[in-house]
Amino acid sequence: MYEKNGEKYFVVDSHMHYWNAAPDNWVAGAEQYAKGWIECFHAYQGLGPPDTHWPIEKFQKYSEDDLMRDVFDDGHVDVAIFQPTYLTEWYKEGFNTTERNAALGEKHPGKFIANTRWDPRDGDAGLKELRANVERYGSRGVKLYTAEWRQGSRGWTLKDPEAYRYLEACQELGIKNIHVHKGPTIWPLDKDAFDVSDIDHAATDFPDLNFIVEHVGLPRIEDFCFMATQEPNVYAGLSVVIGGLMHARPRFFAKVMGELLFWVGEDKMTFGSDYGIWEPKWQVEGFVDWDYPSDDAFSDYPRVNAATKKKILGLNAAALYDIKVPPEFRLDAGEGKPAAREDATLAPQL
Amino acid sequence: MTATLTGEELLLAALARVRDPELDEAITSLGFVSGCTLSAEGVAQVRLRLPTYFCAPNFAFLMVADAYDAVSATDGVRSTEVILEEHFAADAINQGVAARAGFANSFAGEAVGELDRLRSNFLRKAVLAGTDQVCRPLLAAGVDSVELSSLRLGSVPNSPALQRLRQRRAELGLPAADGDWLLIDPETGKPVPDDAVSLHMIRARTTRVSIDANTGVCRGMLRHRYPDRGVGEKDEVTT
Repeated sequence: MYEKNGEKYFVVDSHMHYWNAAPDNWVAGAEQYAKGWIECFHAYQGLGPPDTHWPIEKFQKYSEDDLMRDVFDDGHVDVAIFQPTYLTEWYKEGFNTTERNAALGEKHPGKFIANTRWDPRDGDAGLKELRANVERYGSRGVKLYTAEWRQGSRGWTLKDPEAYRYLEACQELGIKNIHVHKGPTIWPLDKDAFDVSDIDHAATDFPDLNFIVEHVGLPRIEDFCFMATQEPNVYAGLSVVIGGLMHARPRFFAKVMGELLFWVGEDKMTFGSDYGIWEPKWQVEGFVDWDYPSDDAFSDYPRVNAATKKKILGLNAAALYDIKVPPEFRLDAGEGKPAAREDATLAPQL
Repeated sequence: MTATLTGEELLLAALARVRDPELDEAITSLGFVSGCTLSAEGVAQVRLRLPTYFCAPNFAFLMVADAYDAVSATDGVRSTEVILEEHFAADAINQGVAARAGFANSFAGEAVGELDRLRSNFLRKAVLAGTDQVCRPLLAAGVDSVELSSLRLGSVPNSPALQRLRQRRAELGLPAADGDWLLIDPETGKPVPDDAVSLHMIRARTTRVSIDANTGVCRGMLRHRYPDRGVGEKDEVTT
């Protein structure tokens, strides 16, 4: 939790990791990819405040103590949601698997939610594994990488019939939240990995599932916005948006937030630190203090207040995951009604 | 005054016409050119660098291929070498471009088709973003949406933003002459109806924000990776 100016914020970090990308976990023959991948992540950390940068050695493999301190003791987070990333072609035990995440979660009851993953190209074996993971780890959400290039396949889309089998299985197994990585990619090649139109289809056909688009489709925020505004069950996952822009490019950050608030709305935006890329502490504190710059370029965006930030930092994700929020953190009746879309106009002149 | 330019300056001028298709900005001003030399014998050597090891190889390929074409066509250049540095697909891209193999052949078995559609998709985004750039000062000066939809390109005060917009439209084969409408659908080239102007302008704004934000991230990553400035690099202009 975080408290500022008498306002209390319940914080759900809906997108974070516990990885091992140190040389001891590199697959022989794929060292350059394993090394390049973690160095690329490390460069993203460079977009945060200088006093939060880590040396590459710590960044490759941080400890359980580091994580518990950075996320919970110092980082104000109440509940953190693991989003696994396998990358087993490069990392012997995976980059951060459901199993590795859940093992840490089991030591700290109530602190973590361990999401799992699936890939429709795994067929029946993958469905079996999904069932086993849900049974064993109680996963309520999954993280999907549609752009992942594998064994001659150049990625997949949520529209694929095979993917629909998995989405049906999710419904049956009680998985509600489908986090889809639509952002900077691993092997995009000719495949249009940023395309978000598949989410549009799946969200329409599976109205009981929630689709959280992580990284809001960067570098195509506009395509995401135009799609999300039409789908009640599509959410904006703010990982990378806050971490990558709020400190490094504050004016662009304000504009991106303004666009998301306008098109998607404050009820459908969720905070994610993307730890270990960025520590949550400066993101939570900075976001609570944040408002638009005062000049005219921002006057046409929806306004933000403490209720807006309470929802984005925790209440929205808590609702998605049925996390019990203590009464002092909830919004009062009538509080937090988002500004109607009509209130936001292009410019006073129009 | 071409005669007063050195060989490097000529090459740099050629490279300044090569854009990152996703960011719609010159690779020189973005800081992507790390080296650029022209020998007395006419051997041009260009080195390019990108913000990350894993930058999308399709865009990387386009930039290397475009740089190769621009440099090869420069006066006094007899042979051209363009090297993309420190990228996971550098070998495939460098060899593919040098052999004029095209994208699909350079990534045999991994890629299907060339990148024209990808390029034109992003060019259409650039047109939309450029529309916001041109129209924002007009809106601030009191032009309303009805007037906006009645404007033609030739009746808008000239500016670098307008020239850029017209150039992008011309590249796509969209109407770009003085007598053509200022507001057009970037897919079809048809004028935007009065009742669709507000939404069109909001979409234009969102598209510009997206490109600007992405450029900001790329520039930040590049600086983290390479503290030294690129040849011809320019600082971003924030609005």
